[in-house]
Amino acid sequence: MARTYDVHDLEAWDARIREKVVEFGLDCHPQEFEICDHNQMLGYMAYSGMPAHYPHWSYGKAFEKLKTLYEYGVSGLPYEMVINSNPALAYLMRDNSLALQVLTIAHVYGHNDFFKNNFTFKSTRPEYTISTFKAHTTRVRRYLEDPSIGIDRMEPLLDAAHALSLQCRRNLAIRKPSEEENRQALLETAAPPHDPFRNIHRPAAYVEPELRRVPLVPDEDLLLFIRDHNPYLAEWERDLLTIVHEEAQYFIPQIETKIMNEGWASYWHKQILDSLELPQDLHLEFVVRHNQVVRPHPGGLNPYHLGLRIWEDLRRRGGETPEREQETGPSSPPMNGREMMFFVRETDRDTAFLRRHLTEELIRELDLFQYQPKGDELVINRVADDEGWREIKQALISNVGMSTVPFIRVSDADFGGKRALYLVHAHDGRDLQLEHAEKTLAYVHQLWQREVVLETVIGNKNTLLIRNDRGFSTKAR
Amino acid sequence: MPDSVFRPFRSSDAERSDRAAGDRLRHRQKVRQAIRENIADIIAEESIIGKDRDRVIKVPIRGVKEYRFVYGDNAGGVAQGDGSSEPGQVVGRREGQGAGPPDRAGDRPGVDYYETDVSLEDLIEIMFEDLELPDLERKRFRQLLASSISKRKGYRQVGIRARLDKRRTVRAKVKRQHSSKRLLPRENSGEEARFPFHERDLTYRHRVSDIKEESNAVVICIMDTSGSMDTMKKYLARSFFFLLFQFIRSKYQNVEIVFIAHHTEAKEVTEDEFFHKGESGGTFISSGYQRALDIIAARYHPSLWNVYAFHCSDGDNFDSDNAAALRTAKELTEICNLFGYGEIKPLGSRYYESSMLNIFRRLEADNFQTVLIERKEDVWPSFKALLAKDRVREQNHPAS
Repeated sequence: MARTYDVHDLEAWDARIREKVVEFGLDCHPQEFEICDHNQMLGYMAYSGMPAHYPHWSYGKAFEKLKTLYEYGVSGLPYEMVINSNPALAYLMRDNSLALQVLTIAHVYGHNDFFKNNFTFKSTRPEYTISTFKAHTTRVRRYLEDPSIGIDRMEPLLDAAHALSLQCRRNLAIRKPSEEENRQALLETAAPPHDPFRNIHRPAAYVEPELRRVPLVPDEDLLLFIRDHNPYLAEWERDLLTIVHEEAQYFIPQIETKIMNEGWASYWHKQILDSLELPQDLHLEFVVRHNQVVRPHPGGLNPYHLGLRIWEDLRRRGGETPEREQETGPSSPPMNGREMMFFVRETDRDTAFLRRHLTEELIRELDLFQYQPKGDELVINRVADDEGWREIKQALISNVGMSTVPFIRVSDADFGGKRALYLVHAHDGRDLQLEHAEKTLAYVHQLWQREVVLETVIGNKNTLLIRNDRGFSTKAR
Repeated sequence: MPDSVFRPFRSSDAERSDRAAGDRLRHRQKVRQAIRENIADIIAEESIIGKDRDRVIKVPIRGVKEYRFVYGDNAGGVAQGDGSSEPGQVVGRREGQGAGPPDRAGDRPGVDYYETDVSLEDLIEIMFEDLELPDLERKRFRQLLASSISKRKGYRQVGIRARLDKRRTVRAKVKRQHSSKRLLPRENSGEEARFPFHERDLTYRHRVSDIKEESNAVVICIMDTSGSMDTMKKYLARSFFFLLFQFIRSKYQNVEIVFIAHHTEAKEVTEDEFFHKGESGGTFISSGYQRALDIIAARYHPSLWNVYAFHCSDGDNFDSDNAAALRTAKELTEICNLFGYGEIKPLGSRYYESSMLNIFRRLEADNFQTVLIERKEDVWPSFKALLAKDRVREQNHPAS
């Protein structure tokens, strides 16, 4: 389609959109838009939108894959890409039509507001996003050019670190207790509780807490743990582990709020564009595009659709929870729908959002179902009826955000007294994929440089997956 | 809120910002390396034999898959229906089992591809890279007049219209115009005089026909089709011939192939007959060699052709023929670039006792190689060993 607009048109539309943004009470970081072509867009997508990112072959692979999909028309390019920085940075594709650009700009402000206000993003320090990624790039490139390191030593380390990057703490709003705090907590728990009848009772025996164990409490941050507890890693190796960990930390809030965030942005772009009184041709195209984005995907789950429907429902209901769904726990203060929306956008992430605000009615309306593998096929085992909806909701909650990443913690760094690393997988009914587990365990072994043991459940049997210098083995426990 | 900043598109940025180029290159190197590491397994697979070179085959890649801890396929999930979902309805298939995975947006990490398409051509290239083979010796007589292509050579003042070089023609005219101005300065420069082209300005591109040199090779496949050669043996022989043929074909432009099947007597056959027709009866190896010698003498004179001969047999020759076999083999080594004998004895075969390997040990020629193939995995190392002989020879006789 021929472009019949220029940057000034976009600026004019943007000014009108911003008026509405303020009017609706959205609270945004300053915004920057960069107009790019589809090749640059592919590049930004492959490198998570960052203007600067360190090199690694996996991004080349991602680029090729995206390009192939795009060129064969399997998937289009996203209309927009926003990164969580301050000022927020968004990319607009120059080949898009004016209606699409207007929609995109409005959508971007929705994300911007969400980034700025949602609690999961509080720890991301958006002022430094771009400079942090740039500093990482500079450091990695320096190691790359260092003749004593170079790509042949660096790449295996990055491969291993990437494999483990999401094995970290999920809720970054909770501060990680220090070593000293953990020690205190252990001592306090070990102390016998105050007993008003201590004159009558035999005093409870004092069990000395195990304070020499490493880690004191199971640790989720695999990369950091290895960095801090394997003395044989070189300085540059520690630094690379830190870099990979920090990048993962940046993405976790986005993984954790995908449904809310996309739903929120879709809700507001709709509100804004409806209030703009678009000329008819633009409006018609907008309606078409909007529906493409937020349409349901039967047999799948479109986060834009699900998110938008829950927000709309919330707006309508306000804080009212249907009686039969009331759960114990903190109830929200009474608010009208709009206040409720802004309250929720600050305090929830996807798991809480679904748990608190996805109602039975909505589950029925969306015709959500749960499926299970049966033989070679995936078969529906629950539909949204009186019995099924709670389980469906629960299954959905365990399939969003970081819940899709198995929860694995370091429980002992000196297992069997031979500095073996003992990991425990908190099994929740879903088994690990064994091929992946084997290869990933090899990466842990590569970084830890000693034996690594992973405790998990495979086919209802407690199993130890062991990786050491002799290779991979499994053992029933 | 402050004004938003719009940074307009700059094509200069777009052109130089192929930021993924380095990482893409690295990824492709890894794919290639992964294929190279598996090349022996891939070659041993039956699917590549006798196939067209443009054929695309799927090659499993291990090195480039990104692993993480992920949930296996006993997990199930939640999806949205169209309003008519019923328990028991089938909504998809488990991954990796036939049809594509169901579209489960957002609730699962994407399924990583672990196979890549490689054309047979590329595969063979990788295979030869793996061998680190030097270019084969090229004799003067190897090169024949094959085809003529015309190529540009200078300029002429005569020629056909289609080859008129307009730029040079105009240049010649401008030159002439300037020199004529200098020689005959005009007084009345007020009006611009017309200055037409002259026949001498016209410049034509000249072409000459170019003789392209081509090199010829013939691969002579000799196989024992006596009753003792079973399917497995034939399959192994076939893999070997395939490799040899593909190898020769990558090195020479014009490659012919001759199939000679023999039992007690030899005849030239088509490829299909070669591999599919079994004969019964005993074996005279010398008959096959004699037929090869005849064919070479009649059609592929060694001064014009590079001859590669290879013989596959199970070594079960009649004793009375051994002397003749040795003599004809000796003759073959004298006229061939490379002559190989492969003895195929699948493990546990009952012909363990009789073998031609002992007999051929007496044949001393540095372009002769015997190999023993016991199972599929031996094909590739044997092939390497065979070509190593070719290499040795090259070092001994540098190109004349």
